[in-house]
Amino acid sequence: MKKLFLYLILAAVGAVMLYPLLWLVGASFKSNEEIFSSIWFMPQNFDTDSYKNAWQTVTPYTMGHYFLNTFAIIIPKTVFAVTSSVLVAYGFARFDFPLKKFFFALLICGMLMPSIVTIMPRYLMWSKLGLLDTYIPLTLPSLFAEEGMFVFILVRFFKGVPREFDEAARIDGCGTLKTLFYVLMPCIRPAVISIAVFTFLWTMNDFLGPLIMIQSVEKYPLSLALRLSVDSTGQGYEQRKVIAMSVIGLIPSVAVFALAQKKFVSGITAGGLTG
Amino acid sequence: MNTRKYLNPVGVSKYTGLALISPFIIGAVLFIIYPFVCSFAVGLTNRGSFVGLDNFRDMLSGRDFPQAAGVTFKYALILVPLKLIVSLLVALLLNMELKHIGIFRTAFYIPSILGANLAVIIMWQYLFTSDGLVNQLLSAMGLSPVSWYGNTNAALFIIVLLRLWEFGSTMVIFLAALRDIPRELYEAARVDGCGSIRAFFTVTLPQIKNVIFVNLILQTIAAMQEFSAPYMLTGGGPLGSTRTVGMLIYEEMFTYGSEGTANAVSWVLFVLIAAVVTLLYKLTGRVRRDED
Repeated sequence: MKKLFLYLILAAVGAVMLYPLLWLVGASFKSNEEIFSSIWFMPQNFDTDSYKNAWQTVTPYTMGHYFLNTFAIIIPKTVFAVTSSVLVAYGFARFDFPLKKFFFALLICGMLMPSIVTIMPRYLMWSKLGLLDTYIPLTLPSLFAEEGMFVFILVRFFKGVPREFDEAARIDGCGTLKTLFYVLMPCIRPAVISIAVFTFLWTMNDFLGPLIMIQSVEKYPLSLALRLSVDSTGQGYEQRKVIAMSVIGLIPSVAVFALAQKKFVSGITAGGLTG
Repeated sequence: MNTRKYLNPVGVSKYTGLALISPFIIGAVLFIIYPFVCSFAVGLTNRGSFVGLDNFRDMLSGRDFPQAAGVTFKYALILVPLKLIVSLLVALLLNMELKHIGIFRTAFYIPSILGANLAVIIMWQYLFTSDGLVNQLLSAMGLSPVSWYGNTNAALFIIVLLRLWEFGSTMVIFLAALRDIPRELYEAARVDGCGSIRAFFTVTLPQIKNVIFVNLILQTIAAMQEFSAPYMLTGGGPLGSTRTVGMLIYEEMFTYGSEGTANAVSWVLFVLIAAVVTLLYKLTGRVRRDED
């Protein structure tokens, strides 16, 4: 009886949480009048026209173009973030060196530093270097272990691997980097996957960064293309097109989350932030 | 030669670690320390000429910044406690031994990974339009519809609701902490005659207090730099009632083109956030040390 009650609460909360998303998908098949006249998410008849229009967007470029732009940011960024965070975390977790405590404190400070505070000076810096309206301001910082959180998570994972592994590898003739790649990397794989997935999702979601750094519509990532479509259809007649664009825009995030879900959640929970 | 002062394996130099973390050192200088110093320096200028602390003085005595700071504090004060309580309660439910709990965990987690996506913010905008889903529901229940974007309190509430809806990321962290509590502690509490509510206060809360603190800090920082939700949903209106400091920085820079003020506001926001974090750290210090 008590269990049934718990399931009911969980189901009710879950329904409230997911209904907006369900409604969004349903609305993309509705006519404009139906979107604002019916609470029920199911459309009366499935009209796929909005998707044909949505793919064309409100600009000269298709959504495919914006997807490619987004991936042109995400792919280097993910590679950079994983490589740099693993190296830095390895250094913190396994080696002793001058000023280690100071640098770790700096890492924590960096985690607490709000991005909105540094974005204006960063904008000025990239503008002086003439690199605005390129993807460099959005990708290059990841090469320098920009996300302290990732390093923090990885350090905890490294510490969970017994030091005997490193010693055995060293006796077998592995150097510092070989030990990392052949012995430690397989042990911390869940954390590496989490970092890659987080980078993917956060970059898909990032709005302020591209809004400030990218000016030409041709180079817009998906988030800016979506905003443009809202702005230019603001008078309320082409809402279902914007809704269909939004649904298409969410597909990569949902797909990546679905694929990585199991490893991803265990990655954050197992070593992540507890304790 | 490796000095034994640094506890590395034989044959490993004390510089190996430094070499490994060198990307972080470079990054910290370029993307943390330099912007921090630079925003203060640019904050002292107006259209390229040095004006001393004028920007800071004008900002603090003006109308926009105090209002935006008030909005930001109000927003954080409403959102952060709500989000922590909801995510802890749901985490407690999910921590019970039930079958198929993974489905619910995923369901609650999804909004938090999609939530910052512009597509979701657009969806949220449609939900609260005058003839949107929420008002239709209110009418269906016999309540009068609300002008969500026209009312100063309602507008802030939409943003709070959006961020509250994304409680999944906080919940997952709580859930992991709850899983780490040794079962024996609950058994011991039961032997001592504790009911489940008392066990929550004597066992659960003390065991997860550090995680509560981590979530409190992370959520406070995130709330105090809110930008994209008000920017997209309300444009800061009505009457500036949802214009956060984050939005003010953006407007100063890109609407009014005043680099100096934008950077001065950035810098003051950093000082405010640092002050709030320090205050939270001090306030919770005694609690966190208890029983250690």
